[in-house]
Amino acid sequence: MSENSKPVDPSRREFVVKASAATSAAAIAPGVFLTAPASARPADQPVTGDKRWGILVDTNKCADNCNDCVTACETENGWGDSEPNSAPEQRTQWIRTVEIKNKSTGYAKTLPLMCQHCETAPCVDVCPTGASFRRDDGIVLVDKHICIGCRYCMMACPYKARSFIHEDLHDQKPWAPRGKGTVESCTMCVHRVDEGGTPACVEACSAENHNALIFGDLYDENSEISRELQKHDSVELRGDLGLNTGVRYRGI
Amino acid sequence: MKTALIYRETEGKSTGFWVLLGGLGAIMLLALGAVLHMEHSGHHVTGMSNQIVWGMPHVFAIFLIVAASGALNVASIGTVFGKPLYKPLGRLSGLLAIALLLGGLMVLVLDLGHPDRLIVAMTYYNFKSIFAWNIILYNGFLVITVVYLWFMMENKMNKHYPVAGFVAFIWRLILTTGTGSIFGWLVARQAYDAALMAPMFVIMSFAYGLAVFILVLMASYNWTNRPLGDAILYRLKNLLGVFIGAVLYFVFVYHTTNLYATEHHGIERFILLDGGIYTKLFWIGQIILGSLIPLFMLYHPTIGKSRPAIATAAALVIVGGFAQLYVILIGGQAYPLEIFPGYEVTSSFFDGGINSYSPSIWEITLGAGGIAFALLMVTIAVRVLRFLPETLADAAIDPHAAAKAD
Repeated sequence: MSENSKPVDPSRREFVVKASAATSAAAIAPGVFLTAPASARPADQPVTGDKRWGILVDTNKCADNCNDCVTACETENGWGDSEPNSAPEQRTQWIRTVEIKNKSTGYAKTLPLMCQHCETAPCVDVCPTGASFRRDDGIVLVDKHICIGCRYCMMACPYKARSFIHEDLHDQKPWAPRGKGTVESCTMCVHRVDEGGTPACVEACSAENHNALIFGDLYDENSEISRELQKHDSVELRGDLGLNTGVRYRGI
Repeated sequence: MKTALIYRETEGKSTGFWVLLGGLGAIMLLALGAVLHMEHSGHHVTGMSNQIVWGMPHVFAIFLIVAASGALNVASIGTVFGKPLYKPLGRLSGLLAIALLLGGLMVLVLDLGHPDRLIVAMTYYNFKSIFAWNIILYNGFLVITVVYLWFMMENKMNKHYPVAGFVAFIWRLILTTGTGSIFGWLVARQAYDAALMAPMFVIMSFAYGLAVFILVLMASYNWTNRPLGDAILYRLKNLLGVFIGAVLYFVFVYHTTNLYATEHHGIERFILLDGGIYTKLFWIGQIILGSLIPLFMLYHPTIGKSRPAIATAAALVIVGGFAQLYVILIGGQAYPLEIFPGYEVTSSFFDGGINSYSPSIWEITLGAGGIAFALLMVTIAVRVLRFLPETLADAAIDPHAAAKAD
């Protein structure tokens, strides 16, 4: 935006003054923060529990045969066709569309299924090294540096949300590092969220005007997701397990 | 007071000894090759997948680990329960326990996605994870059993060995409880999520460990031409019968409890009726071959006195044990997760369907390598250290106790 507008003298002068001051301050007192960005959390400040990120899936709005959220995730995070040597059962799927049909009534639905970002995540509980962890803002991730590839988290996950990488990978996305012999799953596009953005699946769904996915802060009463959750009923998958998932579903 | 037993190294000069060493070594080399292939190429060369995440290596590893704690029982019966007849077997019992555990851990570690990060597993602990606790329990078991053996074998420390034996006995119960809880605490899967898993694994360990012990004992005495009396062998085989019955009881309770609850009818139908290979392995492998036939053989008035029959029965218990673990591990994963109860589910990620698995040669070779490692360790240890009494003939091992005990 600012690149297109022609700079005027006062702002340029102001910029130079501020930049010089910031540079001098940074030189004199390294590590001291002078300004805070308006929205996104700075990369070097810890995540806090003030927010809890979540996604509401309105299955009523999920279009038949639509796979846009899955394709967007593949493109964003670099999975999908990255494992040519692996059998279909061995290939990674961070998010998938699932077709469900009620056995007694025949009522059918399509919905996306991915890591549910549980508050008390079984994968985090069982991980022997702590590689599987939950950030204070509710996003469940795998630390690829200390994952030993035991796959106990995959045994424990009630949603089969996790995949093990069965072969060497090439051409990875810098923001979504992956590695042979480790486990991975939906990161809720943490690299985007940390910069104030929304997950790729949610963006893709909105771009098609389906709006079946709403992303936001579950702790903020005024966020769209909270307002929607207050307005209509929603469920957690395997709610009987009491995991308090960050992903919730409407219409099933 | 009976005269002290003399423990002596095996001679280890015969062709048979070197053939045994060579054979076991060759299997280990093959296993090493399989590991290098799996780790270099990645797990895509195995039959394991994102649907069946634990496969054949885990069946072997868990069998060995469970059998390890069970193999120590023989020593415990002598030390903790004061049965003199079992005391001469204590050293072999401890050795076998260590060897089987190391063999099992070898398989488990070499199947990891990152075996090179073993040091991470030893330095980063999530204490809420039963898996992390198991790492501590396994290491502790090794240390405690080594000390127990040392106290048993070193005259100066001999007076302390009942204490070490007691600690080892308690520790092994906790260890197998931990191994069973790896499955018992998995809330998500229909086949697991049962407190019964822990005691069932403990009793499974009694049976598997004793079966392995009986076979190793018979083989080592047969191959070294040392006398092995009937008194001790019959006592062991009768005990094996009791353990087989106890495992059957736990299996019965597990399945009847599941059959009572409608929500578990799907998994029960799968395992007991229409699960294909898993149903066959359960009924033919685990129940008929692994339990009923050995029970019949061991308690039959004449067959039960035949040494080949006792050895066969012990081998069948091991076969049944593998079948049981295959059904629990692979069968439990083959049955789909119930994410949407009451719904038919389909997806590109194989939701809602029975997952298929065919173990690769690499996985089986790795597993066999674990067994070879354990047996190789025992073969070398009895050659260089005094684990085996020169004789276990009835007259040599306290015939009065043999007649009176139990």
